[in-house]
Amino acid sequence: MNIDWNAFTPLSALAGGVLIGLASGWLILMNGRIAGISGILGGLMNNGHDTQGNRGWQLAFILGLLTGPAIWGLFYALPLIEIHASYPVLITAGLLVGIGTRYASGCTSGHGVCGLSRLSPRSLAATMTFMLGGFTTVYIVRHLLGG
Amino acid sequence: MNKATISAFIAGLIFSVGLLLSGMANPEKVLGFLDLFGAWDPSLALVMGGAIAVGLPAFTIARKRERAVLGGPVHLPGNRKLDRRLLLGSLVFGIGWGLAGFCPGPGIVATGALEPGGLVFVLAMLAGMFVFRLLNSRTS
Repeated sequence: MNIDWNAFTPLSALAGGVLIGLASGWLILMNGRIAGISGILGGLMNNGHDTQGNRGWQLAFILGLLTGPAIWGLFYALPLIEIHASYPVLITAGLLVGIGTRYASGCTSGHGVCGLSRLSPRSLAATMTFMLGGFTTVYIVRHLLGG
Repeated sequence: MNKATISAFIAGLIFSVGLLLSGMANPEKVLGFLDLFGAWDPSLALVMGGAIAVGLPAFTIARKRERAVLGGPVHLPGNRKLDRRLLLGSLVFGIGWGLAGFCPGPGIVATGALEPGGLVFVLAMLAGMFVFRLLNSRTS
């Protein structure tokens, strides 16, 4: 293993993580809801008639996510968002992420942050599996295919 | 607009700022973390660590409460099964994550930052979720 110390940003990573934890804690304590982004998006898709009255908080949460960069931009320059993947790769990735997270009932937020915070064995299994998938894919793409 | 809606908006906003600050919203940074066998950037392990350090006490309190602060019930997942859906779904998600460096939240934040690549990813992800919905309604 070869650590890239120049790229390592421990303070902003930790501070950003704390904010993510605060947001997830806020949503469960105030609204009684899990901040799982794939679950919220899936819920919005299923709520054609919204019998349980979930659409309001779900849309509001997604709107908050979308508005974050604009609010940030009022005070500071936006941090780098470097997307090197081509559109076909982004589309393939999006399809896999969409299908996979719905089958798994969760993604990095629902299983990774909220699930691990609840000490859920199911979420631990999910998190280890998608990390394994991510590590393996990057290994294949960067080191075997040399992309 | 009721209190629950405003509260969820604030949570989404804080979440978004957290993703931006942490570097999670930057796919190249995420791929640097996933590149365990190359020049590895361990930063994102600290994102997870920071989030869980705060999330753990919050969820511990939530588990003991029947009602949320705003009055609604506390919804915690009850499913404990480690089944094929969970593991295969997570694996497929992980492959997609490793291809582009985007998971759902950062995709939405990048869309909010008006990055065309973010929007392309999110539209494809929504299409994938729609495919799941079609397949799932047929099998269940």
